[in-house]
Amino acid sequence: MRIARLVTSRLVGVVLVLLVVTAITFVIFYLLPSNPAQLSCGKPCTPENLARAKQFLGLDLPWYGQFWEFLRGIVMGRTFGTGADAIVCNAPCFGYSFQLNTPVTELILTRFPVTASIAVGAAALWFVSGVAGGTIAAVWRRKAPDRAIMTVAIAGVSSPAYLVGMLLILLFGFTLGWLPTGGYEPFGDDPVQWFLHLLLPWTALAFISSAVYARLTRSELVEQLGLDYVRTARAKGLGEGAVVMRHGLRNALIPVVTLFGLDLGTLLGGAVISERVFSMQGLGALLLDSIGRLDLQVIVGITLFSAFLIAIANVVVDIVYGLIDPRVRAA
Amino acid sequence: MSPADVTPVLSVRDLSVSFGGSGEADRVVDSVGFDLAPGRVLALVGESGSGKSVTAMSVLGLLPETARVSGSVRLDGRELVGAASAELRAVRGGRIGTVFQEPMSAFDPVYPIGRQIAEAIRVHRRGLRGAALRARVRELLTSVGLPDAARIAASHPHELSGGQLQRAMIAMALSCDPVAIIADEPTTALDVTVQAGILDLLRTLRDTRGTAILLITHDMGVVADLADDVIVMRQGVIVESGAVAAVFDSPASEYTRELLAAVPSLGALGDATEVATPRSGADASPVVVLDGASVAFRRRGTAVRAVDGASFAIGRGEVVGLVGESGSGKSTIGRALVGLVPVASGHASVAGVELGAAGRRERRRVRSRIGYVFQDPASSLNPRNTIGTSIAEPLLLHTAQSAAERTARVRELLAQVRLPADFARRYPHELSGGQRQRVAIARALALEPELLIADEPTSALDVSVQASVLELLEELQRRHGFACLFISHDLAVVRRLADRVVVLHRGRVVEQGPAAAVLAAPAEAYTRRLLAAAPVADPEAQAARRELWRELEAVR
Repeated sequence: MRIARLVTSRLVGVVLVLLVVTAITFVIFYLLPSNPAQLSCGKPCTPENLARAKQFLGLDLPWYGQFWEFLRGIVMGRTFGTGADAIVCNAPCFGYSFQLNTPVTELILTRFPVTASIAVGAAALWFVSGVAGGTIAAVWRRKAPDRAIMTVAIAGVSSPAYLVGMLLILLFGFTLGWLPTGGYEPFGDDPVQWFLHLLLPWTALAFISSAVYARLTRSELVEQLGLDYVRTARAKGLGEGAVVMRHGLRNALIPVVTLFGLDLGTLLGGAVISERVFSMQGLGALLLDSIGRLDLQVIVGITLFSAFLIAIANVVVDIVYGLIDPRVRAA
Repeated sequence: MSPADVTPVLSVRDLSVSFGGSGEADRVVDSVGFDLAPGRVLALVGESGSGKSVTAMSVLGLLPETARVSGSVRLDGRELVGAASAELRAVRGGRIGTVFQEPMSAFDPVYPIGRQIAEAIRVHRRGLRGAALRARVRELLTSVGLPDAARIAASHPHELSGGQLQRAMIAMALSCDPVAIIADEPTTALDVTVQAGILDLLRTLRDTRGTAILLITHDMGVVADLADDVIVMRQGVIVESGAVAAVFDSPASEYTRELLAAVPSLGALGDATEVATPRSGADASPVVVLDGASVAFRRRGTAVRAVDGASFAIGRGEVVGLVGESGSGKSTIGRALVGLVPVASGHASVAGVELGAAGRRERRRVRSRIGYVFQDPASSLNPRNTIGTSIAEPLLLHTAQSAAERTARVRELLAQVRLPADFARRYPHELSGGQRQRVAIARALALEPELLIADEPTSALDVSVQASVLELLEELQRRHGFACLFISHDLAVVRRLADRVVVLHRGRVVEQGPAAAVLAAPAEAYTRRLLAAAPVADPEAQAARRELWRELEAVR
């Protein structure tokens, strides 16, 4: 009952946040000095053509009119222009790329599986390896395993993603020839190829992020293991494994899980560098291309979609937090 | 020390523990030996750093890896020093149960209590599971005086009170029918009325189950109440041991005598012969006036009154002791007087300024007239600032003094709290607890306040240190004549310092009057219960108080 009310109130919050984000991105991108009508005007760009393009794109309206049309399009769909050359963008319409002749919604939906495959796999890998590494380091702190893991972690934290990615491609792709050097195979076409193509981007992303998770897990666990309840667990006669895993780690993971939710939400909005390095056509690559082309509608669409994912991730984190920490439920 | 005809369950011989380096200097426990007999309570007493807890933890093999232990600890004849870890785990929780100090932090916050007790059982009794295990948990909880066992078992630690948690902790310690229980400061974090119940429960365990109890405590009152035998430790060495009555009656060592003398005394109940003479004109223009003042907090949507219609006054130069248990609202009153929490209804005025009506600037001026000393000096002093900076901060905020003037004033204040002038350049971590609290007092006095609020200023200190800090406060009060609101749960400390006492219970003032009168012949039932529950450091007197407490509890 209370959980249901919490979820509802948080979802209302998400809608409000998205509205604000929409307004801000709209203001930034649409009121910039760049002129979308000029870009889609064609050659030769006569004043009549320009006016027609403006009207077609809805740019003849005042800014609040444009904003309203944009919002209305998300809910009801939108039609650009009139008559025979009218372009219909069905609801939810997050804009239309006149350069690619595709609705932004469709672009995002075709690119999202690529990004999601990269993000979810990499996140699972870095969570498991980071937590495992951090736990080992905490249990054997100031001993050889701790030093080794923390050395690798510092290397991970300080490595740029493109460098790690290219080194992996060089080693496993070219020198050893074990794995494909780039590209994406849909899971539905060939699960094995899907897996093989994703292995390097997963590893590259996980190497960097798991370092952060290892450090966080280590410091949290070291702190927890010094607390009174851990002494109680030992005084009960529990073995060291149960003390560390069931009590120490269970408590140490609470902040780690929070960070994980937010990181995953962010990454789902586009793994820009990794997608570029491994030539994968995900959201990040789409965003980069759109910026290069000044395809404003696509940029706004992706920005909104990323904001949506992060807002949702926040809600999920809050709910999970309540589930794993009974003290939060009471508050 | 224990009767010769009883075989001890636990024999400790020549036990030494040292940390880090090598050599005698690092020894925190030095050649300690004692016997713990079934059905007896042996108390290890001492101040912080005496090695009493380290001694107890070395019995369980629960010291940090850096500890080096030598000597012998035999449980039922089996040697535990150097035993294999599997053998030690079988002892922990199986043969020896443990009860720790802070029940709030001694349980894992994420699991229900029942599950944590069940876990302790499962370690040693693998066969027990399912409904039988749950029934055993409920039976244990009921046996320690928690009749609502099913609800307690399903609750998380934050949902229960300190007393309930400590009972649950004792239930967990008993779960595998241990021959001995180690109770490490089992009541230190609890209110006196709750403490009396827990001590009674431990006594019942000793008498009915014949469990041997090793009690670690710094509180001579607790020793007098519960222990049969006592060992006094100081800096890792046993300075005295013997039966409780004998040691309290005629302590052999100088240190034990000092320790007993440092414990503030509460006097006998019903003895109102000492009548305090009010120090100065208590009713002429009081510094603090509370008239029907209430402070409310919102908790889960509903308003909770932390202070409910409190009325009392503090006259110029008067020391008023505000006593009550945790949650009684005593600290909230102190916070309300400096404007840290708003007064919801009623009147509160300090130095003639009505707090509710005062503007921002006026409230700020009022604060400059109040000095505040908090309980834990380790956390109330900024660790990154030098002592001198901390003491000078009020001067910097409220006066236009030059740096040289401030330095001179800091020197003067340090001298007043009897600390050397060069302490100004030190940092809090370089000082002992008592020295830090002196610094906190110096800071509170920097602006020569009309009112000093001292919120449990000695609760975190050892008794001998407490005695010297109280003496200092008394002397400074006499010299400067400030009014003082002395907030404490410790009735004996209040009796020593306060002219008048205000007793607070659940946010309401239940009784007030001259300290000697209220604390010797209380008019209200709650004050009587509170007084009867507070243990005194005298086994005979304490036995009488215990009886009185039982009678009062019975008629509740």
